[in-house]
Amino acid sequence: MELLFDVASWLSDPVQWDGSNAIYVRIGQHLWYTTTAVLVALIVALPIGLAVGHTGRGEAFAVNVANIGRAIPSFGIILLFVVLAGIGFVPVLIALTLFAIPPILTNTYTGISGVDRQLRDAAYGLGMRRLQVLTQVEIPVAMPLIMAGIRTSSVQVVATATLAAFPGLGGLGRYIINGLSVQNYPQVIAGALLVAVLALLVEGLLALLQRTVVPIGLQHTRVARR
Amino acid sequence: MSLALPLAQTRLAVDWAWIERNAGYIQDQFREHVLLTVLPVTFGFIIAAVLGFFAVRWPGLYTPLLTLTGILFTIPSLALFVLLIAFTGLSIWTAVIPLTVYTLLILLRNVVEGFRGVPRDVRDAATAMGYSGAKRILTVDLPLALPVLFAGIRIATVTTIGLVSVSSLVGQGGLGQLFLDGFYRSFPTPLYVGLALSVVFAVTADLLLLWLQRALTPWTRR
Repeated sequence: MELLFDVASWLSDPVQWDGSNAIYVRIGQHLWYTTTAVLVALIVALPIGLAVGHTGRGEAFAVNVANIGRAIPSFGIILLFVVLAGIGFVPVLIALTLFAIPPILTNTYTGISGVDRQLRDAAYGLGMRRLQVLTQVEIPVAMPLIMAGIRTSSVQVVATATLAAFPGLGGLGRYIINGLSVQNYPQVIAGALLVAVLALLVEGLLALLQRTVVPIGLQHTRVARR
Repeated sequence: MSLALPLAQTRLAVDWAWIERNAGYIQDQFREHVLLTVLPVTFGFIIAAVLGFFAVRWPGLYTPLLTLTGILFTIPSLALFVLLIAFTGLSIWTAVIPLTVYTLLILLRNVVEGFRGVPRDVRDAATAMGYSGAKRILTVDLPLALPVLFAGIRIATVTTIGLVSVSSLVGQGGLGQLFLDGFYRSFPTPLYVGLALSVVFAVTADLLLLWLQRALTPWTRR
């Protein structure tokens, strides 16, 4: 209980809300790492997922890339890139992007390839072209799954971006790393709380976004996340 | 923002002599990594099985349980490891407890979906044939749920193998100790070794579990 009180007083201390290390600055850095990584991952993974799902070619490739991506320890990759390229935003961004890719890739490709055959045939029967079938039928139908992938990926990256602080970058991880080195546990807990709240906020925002991009008729489809 | 420094070729290359000299140390860390994977997945599965049992019995519990494990999942692993120091010191539990927590979301979802996926007809038929509660669950429901259960165990195992290394910051970490080594000395070889072994371990564990699943559910292959 006393610890919780310390956490609350750490969070409400005006010192934490002022200057270049203020909490909102750290949140900004954290979001900056996260959004760039997820956006780059989207640029890479969406086209591949759509192509694989639509053509049915390269499924084994997509599955393996996603599995190996999950197997690579983020911590090791971040440190390796920093050792190889020096501390900076780019090595960390590449590492975070690698982790953002698998859920988006798997979900996109599973979503598209899982579209009902009859629906696809009907679309072709109506005279749609391949690209039209993809953009007007397959993508909308697969949207719940694609969005689930983006949500999983974003939440994971918010959590993983904490590690960026270890080799010397900013973000909310700074509170945890600095707290660890001076055994300031209230600060560590406050940092962890902020990351968790941020992850939940990101998840909530994306859930709202999902409502606007998923066709109304498909909104109640239950989706198992991968 | 610093870009790549011009590094001498030799600094990037694998230092084979270092690997040879440190074979014993690498082996020890690998063994610890295996232990830090097996324990959390085992504990996680036991807890998820118990929670999943309640969630199947009383479906109203499922959503709150998923939300709770989902929230636990958003706590950064680093923070959870550090927080546990206050309770467990620098022991192996400092790593095992958070890693167990992280497996719960994946495992619970698969336990519940696995058992829910058992067709009603099959369950009713079993009851009609005289199978009672526990016997039916073990001999009818469980085998039919196995493929989904295994899918969860595989994802949980591979995810855990990746997460273990973070616990090197609290003195555990298995192969993660090699990462720290390489980072502190700006010497990439231990990082290469740790990453390679970690991926090899994950892929092997995944294949082993897949093999075990197939051996246990021969009827899924036709």
